[in-house]
Amino acid sequence: MSAALSAAHGPSGPSGAVTGGDLRLENLTKHFGSFAAVDDVSLTVPQGSFFALLGASGCGKTTTLRMVSGLEDPTRGRIFLGETEVTDLKPYRRPVNTVFQNYALFPHLDIFENVAFGLRRRGVKDVKGPVERMLDLVELGHLARRKPAQLSGGQQQRVAVARALINQPQVLLLDEPLGALDLKLRRQMQIELKRIQTEVGLTFVHVTHDQEEAMTMADTIAVMNAGRIEQLGSPAELYENPVSTFVANFLGQSNLIAGTVEGKDGDVVVVDAQGQRLTLPAKRSRIDSGRIIAGVRPEKVHLARSEAEIPAGHNVLTGGVVSDASFIGVSTQYLVKMPWGAEAGCGEVAVFEQNTGREIQRPGTPVLLHWDPTQTFGLDGAQDIDAGSGIDDEATA
Amino acid sequence: MSAQGMSAQPADVGVPPAPAPRPAANSEPRRKKRNRLPYLLLAPTLLWLIVFFIVPIFTSVSASVQEGSLDEGFTLTWRWANYADGWSQYATQFGRSFLFAFLCTVFCLLLGYPLAYFIAFKAGRWKSLLMALVIVPSFTSFLIRTIAWETILSDNGTVVRILRDVGALNVTSALGLTASDHVLASPGAVVFGMVYNFLPFTVLPLYTSLEKIDPRLHEAGADLYCSPWKTWRRVTLPLSMPGVVGGTLLTFIPAVGDYINAQLLGNPNTKVIGQIIEDEFLHDSTGYPIASAMSVILMAVTLIVVLSYVRKAGTEDLL
Repeated sequence: MSAALSAAHGPSGPSGAVTGGDLRLENLTKHFGSFAAVDDVSLTVPQGSFFALLGASGCGKTTTLRMVSGLEDPTRGRIFLGETEVTDLKPYRRPVNTVFQNYALFPHLDIFENVAFGLRRRGVKDVKGPVERMLDLVELGHLARRKPAQLSGGQQQRVAVARALINQPQVLLLDEPLGALDLKLRRQMQIELKRIQTEVGLTFVHVTHDQEEAMTMADTIAVMNAGRIEQLGSPAELYENPVSTFVANFLGQSNLIAGTVEGKDGDVVVVDAQGQRLTLPAKRSRIDSGRIIAGVRPEKVHLARSEAEIPAGHNVLTGGVVSDASFIGVSTQYLVKMPWGAEAGCGEVAVFEQNTGREIQRPGTPVLLHWDPTQTFGLDGAQDIDAGSGIDDEATA
Repeated sequence: MSAQGMSAQPADVGVPPAPAPRPAANSEPRRKKRNRLPYLLLAPTLLWLIVFFIVPIFTSVSASVQEGSLDEGFTLTWRWANYADGWSQYATQFGRSFLFAFLCTVFCLLLGYPLAYFIAFKAGRWKSLLMALVIVPSFTSFLIRTIAWETILSDNGTVVRILRDVGALNVTSALGLTASDHVLASPGAVVFGMVYNFLPFTVLPLYTSLEKIDPRLHEAGADLYCSPWKTWRRVTLPLSMPGVVGGTLLTFIPAVGDYINAQLLGNPNTKVIGQIIEDEFLHDSTGYPIASAMSVILMAVTLIVVLSYVRKAGTEDLL
């Protein structure tokens, strides 16, 4: 399909669109008055990758995107596409196209003309072939003569993608393109978008507040918080080795427990967490002395009724009582009340047990929590242990 | 589409949800009552239209083919020659009315579009205030405002002195808009007064349709290789066409019939058809038929001009 696209463009396509290059932001900063919406962001998006900017609303992700598209002028910093600096280029001179949050389809033009819009403005003579191929790619060929208002949300979204994609931009920017769709359609479109990206092989930069969406689609995710990039990496990297409590809480669920480092034993860090001894691999700990926050993901934790069930060498937390158990088919999700308060981290530890025929523990049952120490990560104890939690509620609502 | 929605609406008005277990005989009169209600609500308007619109049109058309004078009375003689007589006498003034109205509409559009655009997209929190300023002059009577311009544009007024000093009057006089050192009593002054008086009628519909345009469409245009000018040409203008058509119609139609501006700011050589009709009605005892004939022609021509304009503008599907 990528071949079809380039053929569609022929020699009249934007020069350099095929050679392209990485998208590079250098110290990008945007102030609105005294408020720093984007604060010294530097990153490189490799050519052909699916990159997600993930963060809660107001974290600066959309502003970053708008600076790349040229709709917002940076206060400081530079933007490069390959070796070309585009910082001061007008939006209509950049080889970049955007899929807008509410699609921004032209209501006075039919679907065909909406998709043909960019080609016509660049003076492409024969638009019929490319537009029809593009509409087929998004499976809307039969609706070419409809007006946008006559289409469903999902169809409009695909028109918006087609309208941007047909110009074969060096970078396609997607600004929460699935936000207006219902959950089922959103999942469907995620797969669709990923398929299109793989087929056309362009660089996609996707802005979203939905961590699941980012993880499903992106090769690389940059988690943004308060105008800065908190962490950048593959979905698995971010999930397994968050660098801060914000990332640990924002991306999936984490059990975080405050403690102090007791010492280092080879490549293992020993932690005193609320009077209980935990160990974690030194390479997964961001700190090796003083206050620390030990973390473990809920699906890594197991429940046991007695010490005898626990394999040797596991991290163990004692004194827990099951306070809630919800059976959701594929797994059982427990909340286990711990003998310490919320200020020490999670007063209730979340545990996801795979439904492999194990006995379900009823609320009120005293249990031991245990997990493989290598599944533990350590974060700097000086930060807010609840950072990033709760934000996701608003996002998924 | 909207017409459908509207006609469907009144049928439901005022129908109390009928309790289900009711004898069938009882539901018959209820149904009749429901069907009559929309017409009852429309009745006052229909009556108004019949008395003040339909009947006068018939009396006008009938008067236009009568003969006689105020003293002897008028009789219906089906004298269609009244039309030919009127036309041969007053074709110039008739043409002038349309020329003035056309100029007025063009200038109103040229001035009003940027103004409406600015208020709709750039004015931010000043939007309401600026719109109020556009409308506020209409709180004074049309006549008084025009008389005020008579004073402002008088020969020894500041405006004329400045225009004279900077030599602007030499240019406009050469173009035939003003006469030597005067602004008043010239075609230029008449068109100026009309533009001043009708500008709000252009701006309001324009503003309404511009204001409805999602500003993100401008961004989408910029994103898709449109310079600001091209975005306006390809996105904003087509979407604001209902406002352009509405505004120009609201300006052109009354401007064709306007004669206050020509009377107060013009001279005998700027007479428009409205003045002629007035003269024939009020100052000529045998003038009723000619005045009526001119009125009917004016109405018919205006209607034809407007219909062909709307069709040409191709805004049927946007309206």
